[in-house]
Amino acid sequence: MTNPSVDTHLLPADRSAEPLLAVDNLHVEFKTRQGLVRAVNGVSYSLSAGETLAVLGESGSGKSVTAQAIMGILDMPPARIPKGEVRFHGTDMLRLSEEARTQIRGQRIAMIFQDALSALNPVFTVGWQIAEMFRVHKGMSKKQGYAKAVELMERVRIPAAKQRVHDYPHQFSGGMRQRIMIAMSIALDPEVLIADEPTTALDVTVQAQIMELLAELQRESNMGLILITHDLGVVADVADKIAVMYGGRIVEHALVHDVYASPAHPYSKGLLESIPRVDLKGQDLYAIKGLPPNLLDMPTGCAFHPRCPYRRDNCVTDVPPLYEISGTRSSACHYFREVLDGTSG
Amino acid sequence: MAPQGEPILEVRDLVKHFPLTQGIVLKRQIGAIKAVDGVSFELHRGETLGVVGESGCGKSTLAKLLMALERPTSGTVKIKGKDIAKARGAELKRVRRNIQMVMQDPYTSLNPRMTVGDIIGEPYEIHTEVAPKGDRRRKVQDLLEVVGLNPDHINRYPHQFSGGQRQRIGIARGLALQPEIIVCDEPVSALDVSIQAQVINLLERLQNEFNLAYIFIAHDLSVVRHISDRVAVMYLGKVVELGRDAEIYDRPTHPYTQALLSAVPVPNPEGREGRERIILQGDPPSPANPPSGCRFRTRCWKAQDICAQEEPLLQIRTGAAHPSACHFAEVHDVVHAQ
Repeated sequence: MTNPSVDTHLLPADRSAEPLLAVDNLHVEFKTRQGLVRAVNGVSYSLSAGETLAVLGESGSGKSVTAQAIMGILDMPPARIPKGEVRFHGTDMLRLSEEARTQIRGQRIAMIFQDALSALNPVFTVGWQIAEMFRVHKGMSKKQGYAKAVELMERVRIPAAKQRVHDYPHQFSGGMRQRIMIAMSIALDPEVLIADEPTTALDVTVQAQIMELLAELQRESNMGLILITHDLGVVADVADKIAVMYGGRIVEHALVHDVYASPAHPYSKGLLESIPRVDLKGQDLYAIKGLPPNLLDMPTGCAFHPRCPYRRDNCVTDVPPLYEISGTRSSACHYFREVLDGTSG
Repeated sequence: MAPQGEPILEVRDLVKHFPLTQGIVLKRQIGAIKAVDGVSFELHRGETLGVVGESGCGKSTLAKLLMALERPTSGTVKIKGKDIAKARGAELKRVRRNIQMVMQDPYTSLNPRMTVGDIIGEPYEIHTEVAPKGDRRRKVQDLLEVVGLNPDHINRYPHQFSGGQRQRIGIARGLALQPEIIVCDEPVSALDVSIQAQVINLLERLQNEFNLAYIFIAHDLSVVRHISDRVAVMYLGKVVELGRDAEIYDRPTHPYTQALLSAVPVPNPEGREGRERIILQGDPPSPANPPSGCRFRTRCWKAQDICAQEEPLLQIRTGAAHPSACHFAEVHDVVHAQ
């Protein structure tokens, strides 16, 4: 099935085929007492099997809300999706019945959350919670479910899984809890795994273990992985493609090597330049001036213009479209050519 | 190497054990959490000592001990020659004026019911000699200006500020008594990436302006390298390696330091397949029951019998100019190795 309006241009190899998962012009807004919050304003991205897409952004950039909209776990109301599509194998999931979505959610698209302690139920054993996936979705008996849970805990390398299957979440360390979350999410061999800041609450050595585990699982089953993070290091380590979000929009979308070599949006450029570098020790770090935008009171034109060193008059008035720079990259900046030149020169 | 003269802060064999008790009526001690277990270092005027390590290694307990918020089980913390751990009453108050703290979470460390002026001015209530009553408002406004906030916002409440601005308020409060040492406990980790650089630049500017000495506790190794003159690596209550920033980052000798450095994701996708990565097995052991001998041996790939029997001391070992607590210390540049 061909659909020229989808941004499959990011996947040159898949140009003809519908990608595994495609988010197309998604809008999400929240009704709050202070007014309408437009958390996501026209986000499009796509994911193929075996691919890792990193969604990078600060708090309030809309990266998690987009993921929740894909999963169908937004509270509606207050949330509302006025526009957009989330296509899974070409079917728009936003138009499916709740029953049909339940069939997909958890089974074919699964999610890992940042804080494993609050995502697990404290009054049930971890074995019970992992086995729940099999009891509910596959109609297995309790006993079969537990056997499967042990198998999965071994697969995510929890030592002494047979004994620990009857332990409660609080008896595990942070890294082990995150492994249990991963075990639950891969229980039914999903085609897409969304990991929302999976290692933010963990120490670096444990973070390295978890990222390696995710990479291995992905290789074994050829899952598509959406990694939501604010850590530029993690992105550089694992991602194939990157979508940088700011103020509810994607501002740059590219192959990961291209962004780090020469960013095409002033925001991604600023983020990369603010990383401390050994050769610049003792000097001031480059700092993006100002503050992230207030979603209740978004700047006119380009949301980044109050903080942007490339700003001209039209940035204040005209919202920049996502300009296509090449087959694999796009930037939402009127002056992306200057930004690109600036880094090479 | 280190700046000349007397150290401003001297920590010797500092130990803090928290008792573990059992029973409600008849409490008995069944063990102890060895949060800090024999830490020694010096800090000079205008110098920054970075402290890195994973959660549970005792970084934050160390900060509390330096502030005399906890009493050490043994050991000394001397600020300009005065032992803060033994000081009481008026003397403690006097010593404390010289050491202040910036907390991690700018959302919970500011009282939401106090105005910014009251928060920053509160230290003057305790140390009335620093600023006479009539002078306080002006002093607070000066401080707001120093940390890059608008002095006219003195009557605002914390919720009217963003995370980065709140951290600036916390820093202004730390500066109020003109201390010579500031303990920063993860001062930027709760902030958005684009705001972190602003706060780090502010801390560096203030250091130059007031010749402050910092204890900079953080888990972000690249930030620590940027700001620190020397770095101490902690594991389960002990310093395992201590040296100048270039020594720790380019010539680490302790296996834990090497593993820690190799685990940090490098923000550069080039050559990521070839990069050396040491993935440690398991989690850090519990500080209530640390392994015998070297505490890192249960996760160490170099461990041999001697590591279980004999505790390696933090001392200069062959091949490196800085101390390391490993029997098999060996320089190995993990970051640049291919």
